[in-house]
Amino acid sequence: MLILECPYCGVHAEETELQAGGEAHLKRFGPGSSDEAFHDYLFLRENPRGVHLERWRHVNGCGKWFHAARCTQTLEVFGTYRAQTSAPPQDIRDKITAKRPGWTWREFEG
Amino acid sequence: MSDAVSALNGAEFNGLAKVVETGLGGMITLRGDLASDRIKAAVKAATGTEVPATRRIAIGAAGAAAWMSPDELLLMVEYDRVGAVVAKLGEDLAGAHHMAVNVSDARACFAVSGPAAREVIAKVAPVDLAPGQFEAGDFRRTRFAQVAGAFWLDEAGVFHIVCFRSVAAYMFNLLSTAAHPHAKVGVYA
Repeated sequence: MLILECPYCGVHAEETELQAGGEAHLKRFGPGSSDEAFHDYLFLRENPRGVHLERWRHVNGCGKWFHAARCTQTLEVFGTYRAQTSAPPQDIRDKITAKRPGWTWREFEG
Repeated sequence: MSDAVSALNGAEFNGLAKVVETGLGGMITLRGDLASDRIKAAVKAATGTEVPATRRIAIGAAGAAAWMSPDELLLMVEYDRVGAVVAKLGEDLAGAHHMAVNVSDARACFAVSGPAAREVIAKVAPVDLAPGQFEAGDFRRTRFAQVAGAFWLDEAGVFHIVCFRSVAAYMFNLLSTAAHPHAKVGVYA
């Protein structure tokens, strides 16, 4: 059972109280971008074994979207952080680096 | 004018705990900047309470205010007063970015009381209800089995639940099943 702490209401919410929102920090390519960039934005997703950054929604709770950094292999949760950001904050990166030195995820790294 | 009635007309069940549909409750959803002085004053005028802290409910003489999310409160007042309170909120907050809506008829209210009330709630909601973890004045939005709901504990040890009116029958049956006389677990005994 996955338990994530909602950064807005502080609840340690279990998975059934949450809704998965897919990959975090997507860069959107819309009108004016090349077909290739639009294709990659629309279809290509990270599917790592290890460190992953995701969006979640506290749907049966305060209703807010937030981000979570976790390991897909061990289900270990490194931390959760607010949605109002386009990159993981430094304290989250440090927590991941402490457990998984040399990690990378898209353009982010420890 | 037709008479307003609650979803289950005050249905009752007596088992491990007493489950009661508590009838019509006046409820207002208020959204806005909860830290602003104008919201604080408007809530004070509407319910007589302060703006509650995160995941808390403030209960006053004229009503109650519960924390729903970082930008949302649930104000509870007498059913007959809701129209006037919403109008007053609109005046008090004119010009300030906010939303105040009467949601009374979209909701159903239940009370669960008795020594096993804590256990009955714990059976159906994914919340740590151990004494010390959930106490009087705490407020929690969560799910009850398959439906969304919110609940709080008052000073008398009674759990109060609000959910959507459309799932009132489901909620009553769910709580009644959890409070069945033969369904005692005794985890908090």
